[in-house]
Amino acid sequence: MSEASLDVGTLIDRLETALREEIARRELLDPVMIGIHTGGAWIAERLHARLGLKEPLGLLNISFYRDDFSEIGMHPQVSRSVLPFRVEGRNILLIDDVFYTGRTVRAALNEIFDYGRPAQVVLGVLIERNGRQIPIRPDCIGGTLVLKAEQRIKLTGPEPLALSIHSV
Amino acid sequence: MSAALPARDLQLDTTGRLKHFLTIEGLRRELLERIMDTAESFSSVTEQTVKKVPLLRGKTVVNLFFETSTRTRTTFELAAKRLSADVLNVNIATSATSKGESLLDTIRNIEAMHVDMFVVRHAESGAAHFIARHVAPHVSVINAGDGRHAHPTQAMLDMFTIRKLKGGFENLTVAIVGDILHSRVARSEIHALNILGAKEVRVIGPRTLLPAAVESLGVVTCHDLDEGLEAVDVVIMLRLQKERMSGAFIPSEHEYFARFGLTGKRLSRARPDAIVMHPGPVNRGVEIDSEVADGHRSVILQQVTHGIAIRMAIMSMAMRPDREGQSGDRLA
Repeated sequence: MSEASLDVGTLIDRLETALREEIARRELLDPVMIGIHTGGAWIAERLHARLGLKEPLGLLNISFYRDDFSEIGMHPQVSRSVLPFRVEGRNILLIDDVFYTGRTVRAALNEIFDYGRPAQVVLGVLIERNGRQIPIRPDCIGGTLVLKAEQRIKLTGPEPLALSIHSV
Repeated sequence: MSAALPARDLQLDTTGRLKHFLTIEGLRRELLERIMDTAESFSSVTEQTVKKVPLLRGKTVVNLFFETSTRTRTTFELAAKRLSADVLNVNIATSATSKGESLLDTIRNIEAMHVDMFVVRHAESGAAHFIARHVAPHVSVINAGDGRHAHPTQAMLDMFTIRKLKGGFENLTVAIVGDILHSRVARSEIHALNILGAKEVRVIGPRTLLPAAVESLGVVTCHDLDEGLEAVDVVIMLRLQKERMSGAFIPSEHEYFARFGLTGKRLSRARPDAIVMHPGPVNRGVEIDSEVADGHRSVILQQVTHGIAIRMAIMSMAMRPDREGQSGDRLA
């Protein structure tokens, strides 16, 4: 995918289609959705409405589950996790904006499992980029992107949502 | 050891991050707000089936209590455990110091066991500060009460309780009532309320139990409880610290209650939505009537609950990373 095709609207459309197909394929009954703070939550808000899910959207702030505390210490806090449904035995659609190393998703899964034992978790992301470091990968994606190691892609929002690439 | 030691430079590292938490005095409003915001995020942990986050996994917290305490020690212990830290409780009253080991020897010995944080309570003002000056660079010190000087985590959990119930501080009149002279809680609360921008802080008590020149801390003084409670939003009652009184500070507990005890009738002078707080343990019938302590305006038990989230916030913010000075990159 080229940088010119980083249209968030198109990517959300594709992710929605992929999620619908996955829900049908796995025959998921009454799925609930959780967005990862902050970018994932913005995407999840839109998908939650489009898919017409019955239960309210869950929000996950994975700061307390990150694996880099021993290296960089505490991250400033802005929001708390809110899961307004029982996780036990449920089918969960977990949504994030960018899939990169896989560590955020590992932290998110650890946190979700501290709330209960879900039946299934489907991971949907707006963009999957190269650089995976652990054996976790998304089930549904809006688009893929190959970036150089020093490049980062960032979602800004909530209105309007836009993707930008910068170097660190 | 002296209460007047300048702790503020010791509390922050070169980048302005919390290193030790010894006193509220000299801290910036943004930091106090950040502690409360972090505590707010931690309050979701109690909704989890597994009431724990892995943040301080592999870290060791030592509760070093030279003075007895139930509430403070247990909430610190629970907070550390909810952060997944290992906790060691050292009760010094029955330990090596009674065999003549000096404070510094005790610290050095426990430090040699590769611990990461000391939570210190001591009867001497300045004790936590003294320990913070002498620990290894990777060790953080949290003051859980030193003499008459400070009890900053209690003040922060009280501020967190006020913020949750009143929304903010700007329009608030807060009365602190009773034994101000012996109260480290009162001193820390006065600093916190002024830093957070409370409209007015009133201290109310008999002349013998108010420190000389207490007005210099930025408070209004009053020696009549009925007058002092007029239109206040928050009433903080203090425990009469009989164990710290060597002379005749009050004629009798009975007379003290008659003049400074909080009753339902007296409370009616405060605003209709005023809340009543007490750091505990409560002397029922001495500084507060049971009817008020257990009444619908009392938030005493909420204070205890908030103590866990606030201590989780302070411990996680003060804990040193293994490799300092590295900047974080989002780990997506």
